[in-house]
Amino acid sequence: MKLRTGLFAAVAVAALAVAAPVQAKTFKFAFQGDLSSLDPHSLNESFLLGTLGNVYEGLVLYDDQMNVVPGLAVSWKTLTPTTWEFKLRQGVKFHGGQDFTADDVIFSWQRAGSEGSDQKVRGAAISKITKVDDYTIIAETPAPNPILVRDLAFLYIMDKEWSEEHGSTNATSATGDDKGNYANLNANGTGPFMVESHQADIKTVMKRNEGYWNKDIPTNVTEVIFTPIKEAPTRVAALISGEVDLVYPVPVQDWERLDAAKGVKALAGPEARTIFLGMDQMRDELLYSNVKGKNPFKDQRVRAAFAHAINLDAIKEKVMRGAATPTGEMVAPQINGFVPELNTPYSFDPEMSKKLLAEAGYPDGFEVTMDCPNNRYVNDEKICQAVTSMLAKVGVKVDLLAQPKSKYFGKVLETGGYDTSFYLLGWTPGTMDAENALSSLIVCQNKETKRGLFNLGNYCNAKVDELTAAIGSETDQDKRNAMIEEAFTILKDEVGYLPIHQQPLSWGVSDGVTVNQRADNALDYRYVVVH
Amino acid sequence: MISFIFKRLLQSIVVMLAVALIAFSMFRFIGDPINNMVGQDTTQEEREALAERLGLNDPFFVQFGRFALHAAEGDFGISYKYREPVSTLIKARLSATLELSFVAAVLTLVVGIPLGVYTALKGKGLISKGIMTLSLVGVSLPTFLIGILLILLFGVILRWLPTFGRGDVVAIGWWTTGFLTASGIKSLILPSITLALFQMTLIMRLVRAEMLEVLRTDFIKFARARGLPDRSVHFKHALKNTLVPVITVTGLQLGALIAFAIITESVFQWPGMGLLFIQAVSDVDIPIMAAYLVLIAFFFVVINMIVDILYFTVDPRLRADSAA
Repeated sequence: MKLRTGLFAAVAVAALAVAAPVQAKTFKFAFQGDLSSLDPHSLNESFLLGTLGNVYEGLVLYDDQMNVVPGLAVSWKTLTPTTWEFKLRQGVKFHGGQDFTADDVIFSWQRAGSEGSDQKVRGAAISKITKVDDYTIIAETPAPNPILVRDLAFLYIMDKEWSEEHGSTNATSATGDDKGNYANLNANGTGPFMVESHQADIKTVMKRNEGYWNKDIPTNVTEVIFTPIKEAPTRVAALISGEVDLVYPVPVQDWERLDAAKGVKALAGPEARTIFLGMDQMRDELLYSNVKGKNPFKDQRVRAAFAHAINLDAIKEKVMRGAATPTGEMVAPQINGFVPELNTPYSFDPEMSKKLLAEAGYPDGFEVTMDCPNNRYVNDEKICQAVTSMLAKVGVKVDLLAQPKSKYFGKVLETGGYDTSFYLLGWTPGTMDAENALSSLIVCQNKETKRGLFNLGNYCNAKVDELTAAIGSETDQDKRNAMIEEAFTILKDEVGYLPIHQQPLSWGVSDGVTVNQRADNALDYRYVVVH
Repeated sequence: MISFIFKRLLQSIVVMLAVALIAFSMFRFIGDPINNMVGQDTTQEEREALAERLGLNDPFFVQFGRFALHAAEGDFGISYKYREPVSTLIKARLSATLELSFVAAVLTLVVGIPLGVYTALKGKGLISKGIMTLSLVGVSLPTFLIGILLILLFGVILRWLPTFGRGDVVAIGWWTTGFLTASGIKSLILPSITLALFQMTLIMRLVRAEMLEVLRTDFIKFARARGLPDRSVHFKHALKNTLVPVITVTGLQLGALIAFAIITESVFQWPGMGLLFIQAVSDVDIPIMAAYLVLIAFFFVVINMIVDILYFTVDPRLRADSAA
């Protein structure tokens, strides 16, 4: 077998040598939004980071299955629980020809923490970097951090000289204090593709970086053309007519149309994002309910009644066209720390739900207002409508307030004073690790330590807090995973949240290309092959 | 004449200020821009500091005053999303919108006026009735639907024309034009028809109604009695007298073409100002929205002024009045 593969490879190489010069292969794709900036530190948003991940690189990279693999660092090890040594890759050049060295890493880390940067949280994972030599650095973390390398995957490395030459040593600021920040419209990374032209919201063209350090990437693409197409029908039409090779997202209701059309297909997979419902368990009286003087959601039986009243399979079939993955856990299977045993959803049992409500003192149910975004997640408003009608069947009258995301987030987040009683939210842990979900969504709100700030309903359990703190600094993977499991078990037993599903990634692809659909919805050009 | 233009200019400044004020007061209801400018992990302090730096915490009138002062100097601020000056962004898209509106306006007039004349003259003919029925479709179908139908037919099924975008453009200074390349011209066809269809039918129906009116008047009868040829009666005498209301409506509709290109632009992903604006609305990018609305108000004001001046040339009675 091995021999045969070797032989095959030799033939392939020979064929390649004959076929040279390599043919130009252009890959065109469209996304609903646009690349708002080329500055890798300007916005912590998945499309921006995913796209710029083809131009810039971090010390580590995610491979097609979202495993951490060496990037600009070839190896790393912990010296003490709070110090890490990274060996950097030698012989790497930026697109502009500059050499990649330890100075660039230190510079980029400082830039990520600069005024205007939206990567400060990632930058703050490291408190100090010491240069040992040009290709060795020692990074110190404020506390033991077992998942440091995951934070580094999206902390992209820029060239120090280039940034200084063009006055781009600070991240592009939204206030325009530094007008015409060069890195906002120009890029100089180490990645496999170089930006040839970029017009925000119109068109971005990238060319293959022939000098890329990794010669083993599968792609044969020499040019990538990205156009944002806002309207879904236009996007789908552009794919079917063959003007682009890939579009995303595709509305789930268009899947049949794509499969019926010649030469294109829908590509679906579960996203690492979990959609869930949250309940205000903080206030003594709900802001939006007819129950006065007490908060029904403080009663675990009421929360459980809600959980048992919602039919996740019906949401999957009717709202998501069979494409969602119903879930019982707050993190997806792709996330480090996921516990398969906890992923079984709460059973759908309206009778038990009614019984629980009666026990809690609400035999006739009650009224509550639900906040819901209508342009943020896949079919978000429809999910809320389905939940509304399911809860109506057990006597709970939900008044649905669905709004565009700008209004919705302005109301329910900390900025709006957590102005909600019952809401729908989605979350992908930025580090792809359960600790991020625990410390953002599940621990008690604490403004001083800045933890639990996205725990909008303030589910609060001292034991979970204690475990989360320990998980944050435990470097023994087994012990750490056991603690994660314990924390999620408590959360599930207490019905702190009502997980709904992992929403589907929904791409439309031409038969002429092979792509890898990464669980964080990033399109990695390294895996794009045009036939 | 000059005092008239001067008066008009003064009025237009008031109009634009009023538009800006109304627009600005609306922005407070669109939502919180900060959440669109940061990622999910950004801390509350960061968010608040950003709002402070952007001046979003200032009282409404302070924000408005700052905007108006800067706008008077031609500075519309920095886009929250793209972090580029709004004037640069708008300049890059102005040519796309103006070319599209121009082609649509030409289509409107070149098709609308002759059809109007034809249906007025041959009201009983079969073709005429057919055109009138079809025009109902043009008036009643929403632009969005027409655009999607055209894309489906000519882009997806027949594959004659591109489904989105502007094709290849040639840059002449800061102006980019699609007129000079084959793909640019092909890309213009569907959006301009979509945009023009409503206006076309409107102008056609207006010309027809006016023509019918004029054809009944005494001076037409007299012209016929003088034995003038039909062509001269219809086009020299009748059509010319229908033009005053047609010019008014055309002028206003030209403004509408530019303003309502929003829908056409988003259906065809036409990289113009309308698309920029609609994107800005969902991102609560206040500087872009404010600049766009003021600019559109400016277009309307200028077009109105041109229309008023045109009256002088078309209608001799106005000239007589002002001379007296």
